[in-house]
Amino acid sequence: MANETARTPVQTTGHVWDGDLQEYNNPLPVWWIYAFYVTIAFAVIYWIIYPSWPVGSGFLKGVGSISYVNQQGEEESWHWNTRAKLLRETQAAAALQRPYYDKIASLPYDQITKDPELSSFVLSAGKAIFSDNCAPCHQAGGQGVIGHFPNLTDDDWLYGGTFEKISESIHKGRRGYMPPFGEALEAGQIDALANYVLSLSGLKADAEKAARGRELFHSHAAACYYCHGDDAKGRQDIGAPNLTDKVWLWADVPGAADDAGRLAAVRRVIAGGLDRGVMPAWEGRLSEEQIKLLTVYVHELGGGK
Amino acid sequence: MSKLKHEIIETNAGWLLVATMLAISVGGLVEITPLFMIDDTMEKVDGVRPYTPLEQRGRDIYIREGCYTCHSQMVRPFRDEQLRYGHYSLAAESKYDHPFQWGSKRTGPDLARVGGKYSNEWHVQHLIKPKSVVPESVMPNYPWLLTTPLDISDVGDRLRALRATGVPYSANAEEYRRNAERFGEDVARQLHIPDAQRNLVAQAQAGNFDGDRSSVTEMDALVAYLQVLGTMVDFRQYKPEDLVKYR
Repeated sequence: MANETARTPVQTTGHVWDGDLQEYNNPLPVWWIYAFYVTIAFAVIYWIIYPSWPVGSGFLKGVGSISYVNQQGEEESWHWNTRAKLLRETQAAAALQRPYYDKIASLPYDQITKDPELSSFVLSAGKAIFSDNCAPCHQAGGQGVIGHFPNLTDDDWLYGGTFEKISESIHKGRRGYMPPFGEALEAGQIDALANYVLSLSGLKADAEKAARGRELFHSHAAACYYCHGDDAKGRQDIGAPNLTDKVWLWADVPGAADDAGRLAAVRRVIAGGLDRGVMPAWEGRLSEEQIKLLTVYVHELGGGK
Repeated sequence: MSKLKHEIIETNAGWLLVATMLAISVGGLVEITPLFMIDDTMEKVDGVRPYTPLEQRGRDIYIREGCYTCHSQMVRPFRDEQLRYGHYSLAAESKYDHPFQWGSKRTGPDLARVGGKYSNEWHVQHLIKPKSVVPESVMPNYPWLLTTPLDISDVGDRLRALRATGVPYSANAEEYRRNAERFGEDVARQLHIPDAQRNLVAQAQAGNFDGDRSSVTEMDALVAYLQVLGTMVDFRQYKPEDLVKYR
């Protein structure tokens, strides 16, 4: 074996360890060297086409360019960059959706879903817009979260379920408010009111307390009727909920374990009031056409009027 | 046996160190220095201001809780990102961020434009228990934010530290006057370090970010910070083709 090494002399690094260990100094494989030269050539071509080296207070822009349409509707081009590329791609995608959005913009709300092709566009585009923007609060299917965010699939609407009202809610957002009665009323009065509110939905309540609550409801002391209406069916112009329809949003009555829990849930809302029923305004964040599409989508979730 | 060309470097620790540092610094120099030299790095847009004391404390909590390990704060100029998050981020929008929160790892969504997208109520509920509003979420619960009073004792020092890095918080009447010219009186008042504590409490109380006006909690600060993210520039003022020309 020792002879074999001697027959094919390979250059070594010249250093010997432990008396007999040497390190070969083989050249790099030819394919590797050429691959390396190719990457250098690639880099040079890349520098020519795309923005590359900084020069003074600017940089080499490269010969590549991207064209797009400016706001005056004129074709314009700029050296290749990701912002220009995005603008071009956005415009190309918008052009594909244009026929649908033009139709949506021109048709009255109730005609949009009559056209089967447009209807399927509304469903798929609406689902994407809804998932990105609305689902975090109203949940993926629009079912909401009791105690926090309203259900959009039932026909119980705080501010109205017509196309116009839904559109208004999306555009301007909403701000629900109920004053706290914890200091204005005594604990016994709040308990009586809570019994009355439960009785309105046909739930188990102390009849005598509910009768006293009914009186309070319509009295000047509590003045509940002022917002919730004489019939306790609410007022959509100010977002006061209907208290008679067994639909609960703020008081988690369905989630309470027993009668005492249901009473406590209603008492908490009466005593603490509400200062957090806020829906953000989407005007500006979403386009007019997207809002119109979303209005139809929400209307079609099941509860539209 | 011919002498190897690189033997001098490989057998001399000092030379090896110098050559390695030179090779590595080329990358840094080529990528970083131009940003300070090139005129168009920073877009000329209105509205970007330093954070108010409350927002800044919220930002400190954001960093303390490690939110950046899962959330980036930079919408990149791609169509899918623009559709989901909104307008791509500008360099100018993070010019007062120290340290910036751009990031590149997204376990959760990008937050650069989360401001105004959800209500305060949603943020509070989501931070206490993310799964209660986003069932598929893997984000941990942060319930202590709502119950921990915000430490505001050193907010002035924190702003002073940022001022030392070049963020225009004002420490005297002259700097205040310059801020008033630059940002308007309302913003300038918020940036005045001597009033930082008072401003912080006032903003928390007026904004009622955590749904409870009786105390200023860490939740107040964090939600105030989240609600301002990405809202400072009004993009309706700028044509898309003009922003293209900054690159």
